[in-house]
Amino acid sequence: MGNLDALLQGFAIALTFEHILLMILGVLLGILVGVLPGLGAPNGVTLLLPITFSMDPVSAIILLTSTYWGALFGGSTTSILFNIPGEPSSVATTFDGYPMARDGRASEALTFAFMSAGFGALLGVVVITLLSGFVTSFALKFGPAEYFAVYLLAFCSFIAFGSGSPLKTIVSIALGFGFATVGMDSVSGAMRLTFDFNDLIRGISFLVVVIGLFGIGEMLLTLEEGLEFKGADARLRPRAVLAAIRRLPRYWVTMLRGSAVGIWMGITPGGPTAASFMSYGLAKRMSKRGAHFGKGEPEGVIAPETADHSAGTAAMLPMLALGIPGSATAAVMLGGLMIWGLNPGPMLFVERADFVWGMIASMYVGNVVGVILVLATVPLFAAMLSVPFTIIGPIIVTVCIVGAWTVAGAPFDLWLAVVFGIAGWAMKKLEYPIAPLILAMVIGDRAEDAFRQSMIMSQGSITVLWSNALVGTISTLALLLLASPFVTAWITSMRARKALHAARE
Amino acid sequence: MSRRSFTRAALAAAVLTLPGALPAAAQGEWRPTRPIEFVVTSGAGGGTDVFARTVQGAITKHNLVPTSIIVTNKGAGSGAEGFVYARGAQGDAHKVVFATNNTWLLPMVSRVAFKAEDFRPVAILAFDEFMLWVKYDSPHRTAADFLAAARSANPPLKMGGSQPKDTDQTLTSLIQRAANVRFTYVPFRGGGEAGTQLAGGHIDANTNNPSESIGGWRGSQVRPVCVFRREPMARGELVTQTQGWHDIPTCSSQGIPIEEFSMPRTTFLPPGTTPAQQAYWVDVMRRVVETPEWKDYITRTSQSTRFTTGDAFSEHIRKDVEASREIFQAEGWLVN
Repeated sequence: MGNLDALLQGFAIALTFEHILLMILGVLLGILVGVLPGLGAPNGVTLLLPITFSMDPVSAIILLTSTYWGALFGGSTTSILFNIPGEPSSVATTFDGYPMARDGRASEALTFAFMSAGFGALLGVVVITLLSGFVTSFALKFGPAEYFAVYLLAFCSFIAFGSGSPLKTIVSIALGFGFATVGMDSVSGAMRLTFDFNDLIRGISFLVVVIGLFGIGEMLLTLEEGLEFKGADARLRPRAVLAAIRRLPRYWVTMLRGSAVGIWMGITPGGPTAASFMSYGLAKRMSKRGAHFGKGEPEGVIAPETADHSAGTAAMLPMLALGIPGSATAAVMLGGLMIWGLNPGPMLFVERADFVWGMIASMYVGNVVGVILVLATVPLFAAMLSVPFTIIGPIIVTVCIVGAWTVAGAPFDLWLAVVFGIAGWAMKKLEYPIAPLILAMVIGDRAEDAFRQSMIMSQGSITVLWSNALVGTISTLALLLLASPFVTAWITSMRARKALHAARE
Repeated sequence: MSRRSFTRAALAAAVLTLPGALPAAAQGEWRPTRPIEFVVTSGAGGGTDVFARTVQGAITKHNLVPTSIIVTNKGAGSGAEGFVYARGAQGDAHKVVFATNNTWLLPMVSRVAFKAEDFRPVAILAFDEFMLWVKYDSPHRTAADFLAAARSANPPLKMGGSQPKDTDQTLTSLIQRAANVRFTYVPFRGGGEAGTQLAGGHIDANTNNPSESIGGWRGSQVRPVCVFRREPMARGELVTQTQGWHDIPTCSSQGIPIEEFSMPRTTFLPPGTTPAQQAYWVDVMRRVVETPEWKDYITRTSQSTRFTTGDAFSEHIRKDVEASREIFQAEGWLVN
């Protein structure tokens, strides 16, 4: 098998002393930027970019990708410990990760998150290794209509499980879509909802909203409920780490499902954030313990984490072979490729096989290094929970404010974060779900683009969503997922009625 | 790290603008005394970003300025974010704006809080070419074939491009008028995306720059059918096994009478800066285009260096505004 030969040669390139040092450095830096909300992977990679100009391309890409892996790992840490996602793609990890930490199972939750993330990443790389040729031709099949169908699928799979009041969920979604439209419309070029206000040209950054709604909102809630931090019991427990690792294989179904969703979304490319939401939604619906989701269920941590990381790694393939960035971070790396003098495209695999396979090999090693390093930090991070709130609270607020500033270096964003903080507090008090708002903001923007592009291309006919087998299958699947709760409810009631009949006769 | 130095620079800028207003500062030589910020009016990885980072690399390598340089990306709203930011940095010659023709075209089609006249022009360093691309296995061998097919197509053929009401869409409407055809224009986010959509056969053509689609051409996904230039590009290395950029005929020879269409790579200073500061940066940029790093960038991206400054630069803007106004008017895009 040609790919395996190439991979072995790649290992020979990736496994030098210098490259392994670069990986460790990259992962550590990545964990740092990942842990700080706002200062996410794209910022971390952008800051490192100038340093790579003088390096050879293989070393440069190893440093940048390792930083990315580190940031993906680090992003889950604060999600679990403080209910503040460090990265957009770890929002879904807060749903069950934070309740686990509150029950005093922080070490366990972190271990589950990191181990399953590492598993997802490795599976993603294996798929890249084995299917590189096939995957690129598959990704080319995706036009605007197919993209829209994928976003619709992600949306339907997450949203339809509806916990809480459906009306409140709809309000939350509508707000999210509204915020996503602020700024320049990328189809007509018009400014929307900016009210001639210069600071709104940028649009409302999704990161600032997450920092506000989750970070500052959570702090306000804690303040109101008394100055006792809910982190509770958090002694150093290395044994909990080992116990969690031993229990992990039990969740193999969730892990495989999460990876499949992630790889699919990484290649198509829907992106890691959409992947993690979708995986969480599917896991909640399909798991036997679905009712326990949101209350501290390990599966609720494993599902989004595997999807997040497998999407992150799988997205590297369309980036190299087609020049499609599957995530914001991949877009920055793409700029790097151009500066190093490499042209992304199918020929890159032929002409610069050393670069491509060196990078793929480094993804295996980098993720293993990542898991080891990040696991070593679990007791340290868990210990942070035993620090009194009067000390950790102000630190978190400071980190949030700094994070909001780093997004665009704009003072306006700080006010925005505070406003969303108050909104987040109010939403929690009034029991409006925050997750649909976030999902609508993340997917809404891209989905709108894709939808309008496909409408332009089809001269306004909605049948474009069923115009070929691929897009038709995805659209139908999405609608089925949306309808399934109603159908299941209907079937159950029919059965109950039948059973009643049978009992009477 | 650079974020901190940036904040410091911003603080220092606030302090220094006061003495900067004194007439003495306008006299004689000017040199930067603090870290410099390159304000890029595109996102990280975009064409303008690569341009700015190449200049940064060349300057740093050859020590062309005495202080350090950081690059910040402010690309939201087709670059409006960066212009508005630089406009706010009155009199601060430690900020250099990197742009294209969006400096003067964006205010014409979009309600933004800046005008081209707000900025002090430094130099055009290069021009990026435009080509007409089709899918590699497209039945249309030449641009003339493609046009013939486009004339009789119903519904119209689909032309992709990056960003609405920007260079690609302007060129598309020029082609429509010049060759009497009608396309459906589909805006994507960037030329890379438009290139991939063409490779996948979701659109029929696009007008990417050479560097945006070179990978696709070599990989037999897309191919150029003509170049919007007065004469074919200068003889250079082969791109594919058999062909180089110089083998691509001009569009005017193929029945699209557009003599020239290119996009300048421009640099500007914020409002209120002095002629001495302008002269300093013109001199730096003149030296940048002599460096091997710059020449390498130009070859790799198939652009052409045409260093344009002073009156010639102003004249270029004036002419382009005039020509564009006519097109924008006809398309109903004008807002100012």
